[in-house]
Amino acid sequence: MAFIRLDPLPCESSAELFFEDRPMRFAQGDTVAGALLAAGIDTFRQTPVTGAERGPWCLMGVCFECLVSIDGVENQRACMTPARPGMQVRRQTGSRHDAAAAGGDA
Amino acid sequence: MSLWDAIVIGAGPAGMGGAAVLAEHGASVLLVDEAPGPGGQIWRGIETVPDGRARILGPDYMAGRPEAARLRASGAVLAFGTRAWRVEPHGTVWLGDATGLRAERARHVLIATGAMERPVPVPGWTLPGVTTIGGLQILLKREGLLPAGPLALIGSGPLFYLYAAQCLAAGKRDIILVDTGKRTALLTAWRHAARALAGRGPSYLAKGIGLLRQLRRAGVPVHSGAQGVEIERAGDGLTVHFHIRGAWRSLSVSRAALHEGVIPETHLPRSLGCRMEWSAAAAAFHPVRDSDLRVSQPDFYVAGDAGGIGGAKVALLEGQLAAISILESLGRQVDPLLATATRRERRAHLAARPLLEHIYRPRPELLAPADEIIACRCEEVRCGEIRASLAAGCAGPNQLKAFLRCGMGPCQGRTCGPLLAGLTAEMRALPMEDAGWLSIRSPLRPVSVGELADFTGS
Amino acid sequence: MTSPADLVVIGGGLIGSALAWGAARAGADCLLLDEGDIAHRASRGNFGLVWLQGKGIDHPDYMHWSIRAGRRWPELARILGEETGIDVGWRGGGLHFCCSEAEREQRRALIARTRAAGGDIRIELLDRDALRQLVPGIGPEVAGASLSNLDGEVSPLFTLRALQQGFRAHGGRLLVNFTASRIGHDPRRGFVVQDAARREVLGRRLVIAAGLGANDLARQIGLEPRLMPERGQIVVTDRVAPFLHHPASAIRQTREGTVLLGSTHEDAGFSTGTDVDAISRLCRIGTRLFPALRNARLVRAWGALRIMSPDGLPIYDEASDFPGGFLVTCHSGVTLASLHALELGPALAQGHLGPAPQSLRSNRVGLHPA
Repeated sequence: MAFIRLDPLPCESSAELFFEDRPMRFAQGDTVAGALLAAGIDTFRQTPVTGAERGPWCLMGVCFECLVSIDGVENQRACMTPARPGMQVRRQTGSRHDAAAAGGDA
Repeated sequence: MSLWDAIVIGAGPAGMGGAAVLAEHGASVLLVDEAPGPGGQIWRGIETVPDGRARILGPDYMAGRPEAARLRASGAVLAFGTRAWRVEPHGTVWLGDATGLRAERARHVLIATGAMERPVPVPGWTLPGVTTIGGLQILLKREGLLPAGPLALIGSGPLFYLYAAQCLAAGKRDIILVDTGKRTALLTAWRHAARALAGRGPSYLAKGIGLLRQLRRAGVPVHSGAQGVEIERAGDGLTVHFHIRGAWRSLSVSRAALHEGVIPETHLPRSLGCRMEWSAAAAAFHPVRDSDLRVSQPDFYVAGDAGGIGGAKVALLEGQLAAISILESLGRQVDPLLATATRRERRAHLAARPLLEHIYRPRPELLAPADEIIACRCEEVRCGEIRASLAAGCAGPNQLKAFLRCGMGPCQGRTCGPLLAGLTAEMRALPMEDAGWLSIRSPLRPVSVGELADFTGS
Repeated sequence: MTSPADLVVIGGGLIGSALAWGAARAGADCLLLDEGDIAHRASRGNFGLVWLQGKGIDHPDYMHWSIRAGRRWPELARILGEETGIDVGWRGGGLHFCCSEAEREQRRALIARTRAAGGDIRIELLDRDALRQLVPGIGPEVAGASLSNLDGEVSPLFTLRALQQGFRAHGGRLLVNFTASRIGHDPRRGFVVQDAARREVLGRRLVIAAGLGANDLARQIGLEPRLMPERGQIVVTDRVAPFLHHPASAIRQTREGTVLLGSTHEDAGFSTGTDVDAISRLCRIGTRLFPALRNARLVRAWGALRIMSPDGLPIYDEASDFPGGFLVTCHSGVTLASLHALELGPALAQGHLGPAPQSLRSNRVGLHPA
């Protein structure tokens, strides 16, 4: 379920990031978590243990539930990362693959 | 590597107050915070918030603005976007930012890492769309985001009512309050009433009464005395089940948020081996502090909610008090009246605390939830597995971690830590202070293998 | 505790739990004493290697003993899995990485010496290309590795849990929060073990497997192990998709995906702390072997204490003045767990040291330098 912006994005604002290749507008001062939630994204990742879907819980950097891949670096806390134009954000699926030599095999 | 008079960790009210007073008195001070600006969680976004949003958040929030300005003018060196990932005795603080890792040293370290929300383990607390109420409030402050569609607010405590009132102020009326507070708590609260009517107590109580009146006047549905909360997925939304004296009800909502009060964030003092103390009234651990807010590790101070929950104003005053004490040990002149007045003011603001703690005391099942509930969100370990392991002779939280992996995940046991101690206490019939606690080790904030590999000399 | 147990084991770490499991499985009435939640606990800080390459190269008895342990590990893993449903994750094919030609030459010499000493282990030397077939993603400096069929890895934590769970299933009694401090013996009651609160347990036979606590306890039955702590620091990352399917010295990927880097060898007294220089060194080694690891995040770093005898070898001994009173200690609690569980535990329950080499008694020259 999406969020409503109290201060609507100005029409001329062109700041955009990409979530799973989909462009998404955001406001100055947004975190990645805020930008995704505002766009109606609640599921940020699937856990490496059971594959369960998860999204943000604490939104203050404590719980590590809002992990996403940002510009190829995985397991980043979306709630602590300021949104920047052009960012490539993806869901975190299970364990991180970016640190696995040759991409890992799972 | 220079030697600072003081390093302050955390730029919420306590850290802001402490760093400003230190710098104003000529001490060299470095203030560190992971966020891009000052404010902590309570004054999140205080320097950038538009006026309309500020009006919604209210006067207590706006009280942070002059404090942020005072900090900026004080001459304290401010390191935002900076992680304090390891702190060693004798004042070595390891930092990480975009340029890499480095160590800074100080004569004194003021820990002002604030609070976190108490974990609220109920069935469904791990579902997407379920957050803490504090989390929603951060989204309101920082990004100006308000949930769309029916919202269930579940729990109790001052923030529970405050956020509901802020929703109303922002024009959001489709909220439903599921109040888990014990109805009898109010009836037995008289023991604390006298103290609560001293000092600044009445203003805290009036604030609470005012919030309740606003909610009632707006016709917000309030389900009081709710128990057995369960949340499940239903299509695009959620269903919240609960009962009131055995009568079950279900709500269909778009989103649900939980809150059962806040507890001190104790990872840093624990990593230093500071002596900790269990507060039965607050149902939480805090570091043992002397009247100057020193903890058991020499030259370390803890101010604000990290030392025991007191709220923003108390945190600001405690930061200033710790600063005064640090200045005195540095041999710098401080107006003695300032110390006395700050102390008196702090006492006055703490007056209503025992009453609030009594009214909002968490139910015991929050520390020892039912078997089917996930205790460790990271490693997905359920309370039943933990109980079974304890029944088989597991000695306590650290052995549980070794055997079941609970507390081994990326949050480093911040969320399940209280539950591992609570379940140990329950199964071994021990008081909480004897149940043990996870050993806390650095890194306290994220650090990558590459950052450490690139670090080639201290 | 009124009736004396057949065997009292002091110490619920990997050594004590393996011995107790073996004794209970052989039908002995066994009582396992363990400390509380906070103790030195070398078993909880362990890297998890079943490591044989180069071990005991100057002490053939120890070499053969270790290799025999390596050979019996798959069997122990299978039995524990059947008894408890816990997969301890044994996996063989251990690699020792070489980052230069000089290192590869050293490995070649080590393999020759092992063969000359009659070591029943197959170790081959791989060049860079052969290694890349096994382990893609190695860094440009990696020159090759030695590979052995018997070197392996397990989860030390799941092993400990499975041993204790199996021990209880065999009727063993586990008593936690009992820190043994005094050992007495009287002809009528046998061994009497007390804690500081004077609680008492009785046993016809006794084995001390108390890690660094063994010094004080062994002295009370006339043995002098002179054990010293040696700190090892280890770091562990968040979960990474599987990329390393072989155990290796210095780096190990657990079944859960976390990557362990370690460990150091330091004399740091009883400190279990960590220091940034050591941690960053471990991370440099890790990224040299696997450059992609740079992105991984540290979840924890810790220090644990190895239990070292003066000559670094295990001690298996019986007190000459107190027959039935035994001491078992080593710094390879994982590697030797299979022998401790399958052979030594049952023997101790019968009152003897079974196949433990005579040359590893505590009266050897290495423990009592002139």
